[in-house]
Amino acid sequence: MPTDWMLGLLGGLMIGAAAAAFLFGVGQVMGASGLIAGLLSPASAGPDRRIERIAFVVGLVAMPALLVHLGPAQGFAPLVGWPVLILAGLLVGFGSRVANGCTSGHGVCGVSRLAPRGIAATATYIAFGVVGVLVARWAGWA
Amino acid sequence: MARTQGLRAIIALLSGALFGAGLVVSGMTDPAKVRGFLDLFGAWDPTLVFVMGGAVAVMAVAWRRAARMDLAATGDPMPGPPPARLDARLFVGSMLFGLGWGLAGYCPGPAAASLLTGGIGILVFVAAMLAGMRAARWLA
Repeated sequence: MPTDWMLGLLGGLMIGAAAAAFLFGVGQVMGASGLIAGLLSPASAGPDRRIERIAFVVGLVAMPALLVHLGPAQGFAPLVGWPVLILAGLLVGFGSRVANGCTSGHGVCGVSRLAPRGIAATATYIAFGVVGVLVARWAGWA
Repeated sequence: MARTQGLRAIIALLSGALFGAGLVVSGMTDPAKVRGFLDLFGAWDPTLVFVMGGAVAVMAVAWRRAARMDLAATGDPMPGPPPARLDARLFVGSMLFGLGWGLAGYCPGPAAASLLTGGIGILVFVAAMLAGMRAARWLA
């Protein structure tokens, strides 16, 4: 029976391979927030980049759904109620765009090339993630 | 030209699918595991360290290889060296992003990966996330 850390490592290797395929394939950093946000502003890039973003997000949304509905994987629902989900969603969306990256772009792709911005962003959002968990507990939001 | 577009779409689709599969396998679509990692003062869950470690290890090798490549498979240029400038936007944005990440246990990748399997709650989160992304454009 594989333990959590083994599955974590295996999944992590898969995430790294996905980012490597994106880099070697289309010459871009695989950043989820940038690719998703790019769908909101189709005019911000040429048709090449538009196709890339749509195809990436389709794969990212569809594959987990296939694994859960047809395979052995489990789906998970949020832990907190709608007001907290709305607040958290606004913060995640706004903050990741202002910082120009999230856990995949700054974290996986930035830290691995020792990018100063990736390392600084990752240290900052982990520290404030710890604060976010403390705030949620203090406020009684589970 | 059309061939390059097909190749581009296939590479991006497969990358997204592999990313999504990795998020599911690693347990990162479970917000309890993500918040467990950030819960330093409670029942700490180290799983995310292994996820990040595995992904960063693969990408560290990939960046070394990329440095010797002139062009990507589609003919696109490879990314240049990372910018060194640390500005207020990077820190303030990462603070807000981190707060939201800790509150709900979702960042953009796992939220998208949960879109069709996480019930109505995840739709609410993603809608708010897209609104936040849209709002950030007013700052640009």
